Amino acid sequence: MDKKDFMTIDGVPVEIDGEKNLLEVIRKVGIKMPTFCYHSELSIYGACRMCMVENEWGGIDAACSTIPKAGMNIKTNTQRLRKYRKNILELLLANHCRDCTTCNNNGKCKLQDLAMRFDIKDVRFPNTASQPEIDDSSLCITRDANKCILCGDCVRMCNEIQNVGAIDFAHRGSKMTISTAFEIPIAESPCVGCGQCAAVCPTGAIVVKNDAQKVWEALDDMNTKVTVQIAPAVRVGLGKKLELDAEGNAIGLIVAALRRMGFDEIYDTSAGADLTVLEEGNEFIKRLDKNSNLPLFTSCCPAWVQYCEKNYPELLPNVSTCRSPMEMLASIVKDQSNSSSRRHVHVAIMPCTAKKYEAARDEFKVNGVPNVDYVITTQELIQMIREAGIIFTELEPEAVDMPFGTITGAGVIFGVTGGVTEAVLRRLSTDKSKASLMSIAYQGVRGMKGVKETTVMYGDKEVKIAVVSGLKNVSDLIERMKSGEHYDFIEVMACPGGCISGAGQPFAQKDIRENRGNGLYAADKLCNIKCSEENPIMMSLYNGILKGRVHDLLHVNYLPGKEHE
Amino acid sequence: MNKTFDFTIVDHIMNELGCKPSAIIAILQGIQEHYRYLPREVFPYLSKKIGISEARIYSTATFYENFSLKPKGKFVIKICDGTACHVRKSIPILERLRKDLGLSENKITTDDLGFTVETVSCLGACGLAPVITVNDKVYPAMTPEKTSELLRDLKEEL
Repeated sequence: MDKKDFMTIDGVPVEIDGEKNLLEVIRKVGIKMPTFCYHSELSIYGACRMCMVENEWGGIDAACSTIPKAGMNIKTNTQRLRKYRKNILELLLANHCRDCTTCNNNGKCKLQDLAMRFDIKDVRFPNTASQPEIDDSSLCITRDANKCILCGDCVRMCNEIQNVGAIDFAHRGSKMTISTAFEIPIAESPCVGCGQCAAVCPTGAIVVKNDAQKVWEALDDMNTKVTVQIAPAVRVGLGKKLELDAEGNAIGLIVAALRRMGFDEIYDTSAGADLTVLEEGNEFIKRLDKNSNLPLFTSCCPAWVQYCEKNYPELLPNVSTCRSPMEMLASIVKDQSNSSSRRHVHVAIMPCTAKKYEAARDEFKVNGVPNVDYVITTQELIQMIREAGIIFTELEPEAVDMPFGTITGAGVIFGVTGGVTEAVLRRLSTDKSKASLMSIAYQGVRGMKGVKETTVMYGDKEVKIAVVSGLKNVSDLIERMKSGEHYDFIEVMACPGGCISGAGQPFAQKDIRENRGNGLYAADKLCNIKCSEENPIMMSLYNGILKGRVHDLLHVNYLPGKEHE
Repeated sequence: MNKTFDFTIVDHIMNELGCKPSAIIAILQGIQEHYRYLPREVFPYLSKKIGISEARIYSTATFYENFSLKPKGKFVIKICDGTACHVRKSIPILERLRKDLGLSENKITTDDLGFTVETVSCLGACGLAPVITVNDKVYPAMTPEKTSELLRDLKEEL
């Protein structure tokens, strides 16, 4: 047996079991250290100094950047440390715009939380910060440098995980800010709107745009019909925020809440996903047969589409011409009410910030009116439910409205990385027996890994598939492709783990994200229809509204000036 | 991007120093040496060639006081305000320079791009205090009067 290493934390002996820093060991003895700049999935920065610990010689180390060693003896809570932490908080608060009650991040702010934890009652220092302007150029996020504490989480997220590089530190000393190159508005930068910067921002310096008010206004207007669609990942994203026990499927409760709020018709985006599976499946088969424009990249993720447009325009012909599930469903829903004289507002509830941008794209407008009028995120949904005073846990689950209430397991798993691929594989599979469909799950498409590869047989052809999430992984894969590696089908989701980790969802660490994924797979198990083509609505759609209009309603051309095949 | 911008110089500098992220400071220095500032056009170009984001290059360029994002004058006048020069009255010289050229702390370059006036913390020539340099040529033991005279001479060379 291997010899075990031990160290002492606040007098308690604890085993060191391969933890990469003291923070993780400290967590094991039931202590939650205060941190701003530490995120387990980002590189260690060691800037905020909140996690300092005192060693046995009275020296002070930052726990996030100290490697645990056998025999170490540290204290996490001494008079000196408390004094330092309070000082740091006071200094951060001094230059902070302290309008907490009207801040978009009120109640979710780490600075607010720690100020409360350390009982900061007074800030002795005057505010000497210049008052930078708020950047609300983006449709997805708002940047307010007045609230920035320079922890750099957003910079590391944007560069390390997403490889977008829209923002970085600029200037130095007291003039230091987080900035785009030449301080251009974020909307003109390489930003793709994935919103992961806002997800990791501990304060309200980067927040997701809030469109809840516009939705309330539409709901209040008696002359407006308001329809809504709910994305797959939203149903597993509410969790503790609405006092649910776990990340289980809460679609029934969401529907009940939305109906109470006054939505006229409530649909499930999974039905749109079924359309995507059919269209993308057909497109893939066509391209395989012709051996042209391979690999086929999925196009469900708007942040990825924009990333491709901005960084790899030469790959745009490889991106599927299919609209995203949200836009497919929206174009049908809107088209159906075209003849009606009543104003129709269609709302989409998404786990995603980039969808706000997608909804506003010209490609998805009819006569200048977007098919999706407003996109609200899971977090805005939670806020609206709270605002309405609805006690979520006391609701009785209700069913989604027809015709887009009949969904399949294939559509539901779109919300997790690998889901689109699995759904398309179910479509391509000739053997539709339960056992065969279940076996697809074990072919390497599931799990939270950033890059998954698998090979499946289609007829006598070997089809090489890659499933990627996190844009850094995507650009790495594209580099590998350029140096000769071949793929036939590549599923891309910009957020690590897929839509369940979208920046519109309440922020979640890895374990919760996994639970959300499992929640979607459990929802899939509960669906008695597993394959998109078996969804009875599909038949009526293709024989009805879609007859001769598949191209107009379900496809899109992201290539400016060029006709897509 | 400015299509008329000629990247030959930049290419030459990059070939010399290597097209790698670790060479970015040296590359920026090379570019600044040639243009006397960092033209905005080179940022997207460098970003593409070296494979680091424009925001990161901007971060590097704004971190170091020595890099300038604005065009500098034909004559860059540096006035030393280190301890030795300061106590031997460098500030009146600085004030004279600014007054004669119509410059200030925030506006350091004349509109005709003739002169730029900067302060530096020490030029390492304390024995000659107060010192100014014009395009790296040293002028020792300066006074406001001598400075005005020097400016008159330089203006003729413009």
